[in-house]
Amino acid sequence: MPTFVYMTRCDGCGQCVDICPSDIMHIDTTIRRAYNIEPNMCWECYSCVKACPHNAIDVRGYADFAPLGHSVRVRRDEEKGVIAWRIIFRNGKKDMTLLAPITTKPWGKHIPKLADESAPSQAMRDSQLLFNEPKYVRLDDGDLHTLKSNGLKMKKGVSY
Amino acid sequence: MAYKTIIEDGIDILVAGAGLGGTGAAFEARYWGKDKKIVIAEKANIDRSGAVAQGLYAINCYMGTRFGENNPEDHVRYARIDLMGMVREDLLFDMARHVDSAVHQFEEWGLPLMRNPKTGAYQREGRWQIMIHGESYKPIVAEAAKKSADKVFNRVCVTHLLMDESKPNRVAGAVGFNVRTGNYHVFKSKTVIVAAGGASNIYKPRSVGEGAGRVWYAPWSSGSAYGLLIGAGAKMTQMENRIVLARFKDGYGPVGAYFLHLKTYTHNGLGEEYESKWWPQLQEMVGKEYLDPEVSHRTHRPIPTCLRNHALISEVNAGRGPIHMVTMEAFQDPHLEEIGWHNFLGMTVGQAVLWAATDVDPKNENPELTTSEPYVMGSHATGCGAWCSGPEDVSPAEYFWGYNRMTTVEGLFGAGDAVGGTPHAFSSGSFTEGRLAAKAACQYIDDGKAEGIRVSDEQINRRREEIYKPLEHYKIYRNEITAGSVNPNYINPRQGLDRLQKLMDEYAGGVTVSYMTNEKLLNIGLKKMKIMEEDLEKIAAENIHELLRAWELKHRHLTSEAVIQHTLFRKETRWPGYYYRGDAMKVDDENWHVLTVSRRDPKTGEYTMEKAPLYHLVEA
Repeated sequence: MPTFVYMTRCDGCGQCVDICPSDIMHIDTTIRRAYNIEPNMCWECYSCVKACPHNAIDVRGYADFAPLGHSVRVRRDEEKGVIAWRIIFRNGKKDMTLLAPITTKPWGKHIPKLADESAPSQAMRDSQLLFNEPKYVRLDDGDLHTLKSNGLKMKKGVSY
Repeated sequence: MAYKTIIEDGIDILVAGAGLGGTGAAFEARYWGKDKKIVIAEKANIDRSGAVAQGLYAINCYMGTRFGENNPEDHVRYARIDLMGMVREDLLFDMARHVDSAVHQFEEWGLPLMRNPKTGAYQREGRWQIMIHGESYKPIVAEAAKKSADKVFNRVCVTHLLMDESKPNRVAGAVGFNVRTGNYHVFKSKTVIVAAGGASNIYKPRSVGEGAGRVWYAPWSSGSAYGLLIGAGAKMTQMENRIVLARFKDGYGPVGAYFLHLKTYTHNGLGEEYESKWWPQLQEMVGKEYLDPEVSHRTHRPIPTCLRNHALISEVNAGRGPIHMVTMEAFQDPHLEEIGWHNFLGMTVGQAVLWAATDVDPKNENPELTTSEPYVMGSHATGCGAWCSGPEDVSPAEYFWGYNRMTTVEGLFGAGDAVGGTPHAFSSGSFTEGRLAAKAACQYIDDGKAEGIRVSDEQINRRREEIYKPLEHYKIYRNEITAGSVNPNYINPRQGLDRLQKLMDEYAGGVTVSYMTNEKLLNIGLKKMKIMEEDLEKIAAENIHELLRAWELKHRHLTSEAVIQHTLFRKETRWPGYYYRGDAMKVDDENWHVLTVSRRDPKTGEYTMEKAPLYHLVEA
């Protein structure tokens, strides 16, 4: 759906260029504003739309199957931890707003820095366990599943 | 050329590609390698890269053993039947026994997982899927990876792996270029975890023009997982196992939540149920062992995804299309209606845009479904990827060579789409595979396996020249013509991509031939592919962005050649609905109840194919 940029809102800050996963938001060297250089490699992922501090980027459905006159707008707020959408149909009969959480915690505060965790023991290194295991597998005192613990074996040949 | 050469030396673990697999690898590596140098190279921006850049509305691989729901072996059996038996059950069991610990950590990091208000367990969409508000899934896991890594190189496209020159078949790092500055980047590393993506855009898409961007898998999934590994001479498996998706027409919006949670269902253009009438004929093709609707009905054993595709394709070809998703009943419930829309906004906004543009309100009309062009990847309902070692305590001898998730090249590991035979990993399973690979890579280094690696300047300079050749080529021949893109000495990346897509479509079972191919067609395809390889030496890039597209195309080309080689090797139709071998239209368990394994000699480009035994997980 390819994205496009409104001339009067874009100030050429480059946030969209920085985030686009497809490397298709570039700054035009003459007008010094952003634009979509390759619409047929645009996944309509809205990463640039969400990142634009001026709401200057919008989307117009793919010309080969989407008629003109629709709108899907978004505002993402990391501080409040929510994303808000508004969908307006071409015929104007449907106008929906939808709100969803994007995180349950203050942004980035509850992600551990593993360099600060105590080092794993040799026994743990020799085991099949990963960080925080076995506890986090089931949040009980049980151990990791093995073929033996689950009464299984690997058998060669055809079985269904 | 004025581009700088930037050498990052002394790396222990290089993560190439930082989607869900790569973020998992970088995160976990720090725990096992406190003093190790961990570096990420990502061609986009790690905060929004990979298949989950846009977000997800479900985690499709969660056991829920904690809530008494499933054990790992249940998931193995599910993946086995869905893939018609062709899976690596050691790798699957291993992924499944660890995956919940990743999901529980995601929740702690702030990812909003929905809860069932009655049971307190996570809200199930289906037996394996849990529902999430995952718009920020990727930025959250990226944060975890950034906290663990010493350095993150955003916008560096890795093009080749470096090979050790003191010991054959051992990895020594990777090289690539920065898609902004153009600089040449050299990463000298003891181990490399390839966590790059599978391949969209190798088959001609149904859409034309602008709409070609609305592929099911991300357009930036350029098959680099395979391009890098095949280029280094790693053995690959199940590359014939491309996937076709039944999705909402044009927008390719997901159907999982619709089928499983909203309980919508399909019918044909006449308003009739159509699947069951195709089962008797299909049962003759695949055998009762793989398709037994009565057993499926009684035991809830799923009917394989490919076989349900087959029914859809056959019904449309019989002239009774279009296939509709019956949404009008479910969408009368305002709560379910809201979920239906959130589901798109969370992971395929384009479908919401399309319905807004075409005034499709699923409350008042039943939207159309279609089957997509094929995709090559290893984490959805398909298992293309590298032939990797499994874990010591599960894998039989044929599947084990020392380090979990290590490819057949020493020190070279895989995760996510890169690992073959592990379908149904999805986001959480790919992250888990990254973690497993990271632990094993640390152990490999600690065991002294990475000592004495030598990379000559000759190798580094040779790759540099190779990488920038498309820019040089453009400069040399551009002024031979007046203007435009038609030049007798080169093709540009878009022209090359168009040729690849047409070729794959017509000779290797794309959408315009209803997924049909045979030995003759595949052999013609291979021949054309070889000639295309010559033309890829003459590809021209006008600027650094086109250079990125040129290298993506080269990775897609290597991927496609492997797909044809594997499809040619497996003389049966194992997955009707994904593709058909017209000259061998049946499942042939007597000869082909095996995994296919290939190796492309990096020096000669010659392929060797072999069969590997299948081991199944059974009760002891």
